[in-house]
Amino acid sequence: MTDDDRVFKALADPSRRFLLDLLFARDGRTLTELESELEMTRFGVAKHLRVLEEAGLVVTRRSGREKLHFLNPVPIRQIHDRWIDKYTEHQITTLIDLKRTLEEES
Amino acid sequence: MTETKVFRIWIKSTPEKIWQAITDPEWNAKYGYAAPQYFELKKGGKYHSTATQGMKDYASANGFELPDPILDGEVLEAEAPRRLVQSWRMLMDPNTAAEGFTTLTYEIEDSAPGVCRVTITHDVTNAPAVATMVSGTTDAAAEGGGGWAWVLSDLKSLLETGKILADA
Repeated sequence: MTDDDRVFKALADPSRRFLLDLLFARDGRTLTELESELEMTRFGVAKHLRVLEEAGLVVTRRSGREKLHFLNPVPIRQIHDRWIDKYTEHQITTLIDLKRTLEEES
Repeated sequence: MTETKVFRIWIKSTPEKIWQAITDPEWNAKYGYAAPQYFELKKGGKYHSTATQGMKDYASANGFELPDPILDGEVLEAEAPRRLVQSWRMLMDPNTAAEGFTTLTYEIEDSAPGVCRVTITHDVTNAPAVATMVSGTTDAAAEGGGGWAWVLSDLKSLLETGKILADA
């Protein structure tokens, strides 16, 4: 699996996207804090967090006895640069071409 | 309550090259915001960054003054090529300047063979304007730019392909 595959696979699940949204709202949470927000077992939440960590979307840090989870926005940035920018740029170019064609006709 | 932002990327390069790209002004002026950053690489050493000509032109065109330096701080730990901790103050914006010094940590670790894991940890406790600035927007060209995620993506692109994202 490539890095992109891991990120897309991780983002394909609604619970995992919800976990990322929770960390976006407030970063640096423990498993206990996160599981209280989901209708899911601790085991399930931990499993989802591991998938997110393997995709690089979540980074964990030890703080004393606690393990804190942080959102890592870098892979999403890379997906944006690789996939989104390219296509929106194309759309804009097409619109510019269309404008030019229409203006030349008139 | 402490507030921390974490940014991590994997780069196919050596720890030494990554360290140089972060700490050497010849290198760190090639990617990201392209303002050269100067480090005195020892505990208590000075850190500062100066504005690029592009930043100065933008400021004068928009009728405001740029401070010199645009960034300042102090080196708190320098363990080449693995770990750099510094205080960091952004002076270009009055709100971030008023929030004072924050703590920035770079870590370079071995991951797979030939691959390093680079992590930026920015402690932005009591610095909401800095937190917003470094989190970035999806539009790197917009005011404030893409933040650390964009800077790290650009660093990766430069080290792996020899080109920054804007040249790709």
